[in-house]
Amino acid sequence: MFASRLSSESIDENKDAAIHVLPFNATLAQHNLKLVRANTHTLQINLGFLCNQVCRHCHLNAGPGRKENMDAKTVDAVIAYAARSDFETIDITGGAPELNWHLPRLIEDISPHAARIMLRSNLSAMQDKLPDLVDLLRHHRVTIVASFPSVNNAQTDSQRGEGIFQESVAVLKQLNKIGYGSQESDLVLNLVSNPTGAYLPPTQEQAEKRFHQILESKWGVVFNNLYNFANVPLGRFRDWLINSNNLEQYLSKLSSNFNACAVEGVMCRSLVSVAWDGYLYDCDFNLARGLFMGGSKIHVSEMDGPPNQGNLIATADHCYTCTAGSGFT
Amino acid sequence: METYYKPEDLPKFEEIGKEAPELAKKFFEYYAAVFAEGELTEREKALIALAVAHTVQCPYCIDAYTQACLEKGSNLAEMTEAVHVVTAIRGGASLVHGIQMRNIAQKLSM
Repeated sequence: MFASRLSSESIDENKDAAIHVLPFNATLAQHNLKLVRANTHTLQINLGFLCNQVCRHCHLNAGPGRKENMDAKTVDAVIAYAARSDFETIDITGGAPELNWHLPRLIEDISPHAARIMLRSNLSAMQDKLPDLVDLLRHHRVTIVASFPSVNNAQTDSQRGEGIFQESVAVLKQLNKIGYGSQESDLVLNLVSNPTGAYLPPTQEQAEKRFHQILESKWGVVFNNLYNFANVPLGRFRDWLINSNNLEQYLSKLSSNFNACAVEGVMCRSLVSVAWDGYLYDCDFNLARGLFMGGSKIHVSEMDGPPNQGNLIATADHCYTCTAGSGFT
Repeated sequence: METYYKPEDLPKFEEIGKEAPELAKKFFEYYAAVFAEGELTEREKALIALAVAHTVQCPYCIDAYTQACLEKGSNLAEMTEAVHVVTAIRGGASLVHGIQMRNIAQKLSM
């Protein structure tokens, strides 16, 4: 396949000169570790940066004004790549993927090529689209991974915009009606929670228990699993960290919580991310930072299969996010 | 500006063990055990700690347990209510001593 032209170490530099955090690769080296690919079983497809929300923690700076959206030709190239690569999982994200009008065709045509299709949604973008999407999502047993940062109205709205909490709850109720999130159904509804600020998330198990209890008792909402992710210091969130004078403290917190055991399970080892323009990245965060897969600019149409095991993964200081504490994948 | 309380001193807490390591070891082991999940969750314990931090008015503890509460999944509304619990108890403790005042005054008064 494609050899990495750049070592990840050479990419790994902190552009914020005033920030004193050991480069991620230096930390890996201290632990005699290298970040290399394992079996790549997931193809993540970023349909673009267009979004109806302007979340303050967004690592992609996604929003209503963004023009970068995957076109029909690139969608064709991505489907063809999936057809020749035998991925287990297709993970569709954005922006708000519902706002890309190729989404239904993508789900329809890519489904035969993977056992599991995931759609990441901010819920509010799904509100108007749901009547049309319902049959498609149900037919292909698409797993919905919905952003739901907090069970607290004020925390959610401060991160994602005024009124988003109530809109999200309303869409979750609609999804429950269709059968999503129920233990008796095979329609999986998972939630993703991010801290609403410059701090790490709680342990997944405890937070999941609390989300289940509060969402069901207060709103009558059920779901399957909760995933807690720390915010990644990129894009709009990095701007906020800088403007609120939290960047150094946050990066120190992430790096001081480095857990060598978490490296083995980070998602970039088993996932390849294709951007709206068809170029490949080791993960969506490297996409946000513009770090091409393994340091080489490769288009999806050039690939003859998943990236090789052992390929070096491009890293930078934001990689501390996925190795903090018990790790976030 | 010079101040008795310096934020950079908080991470140095463990240095207190330099002169009496055995006592410090016992204290920090006990401390860790207290805050581990038990009958109360770590989140609930952090809220109690935040409330007590306001009672003892320790800036280090307020800093540490504000962060801990957020990281354990609490929100500002819950944390504010915890501080009101402190305020109610502290205020109540003052007010209930008014009974003592009344007893003394009544004994002395005609």
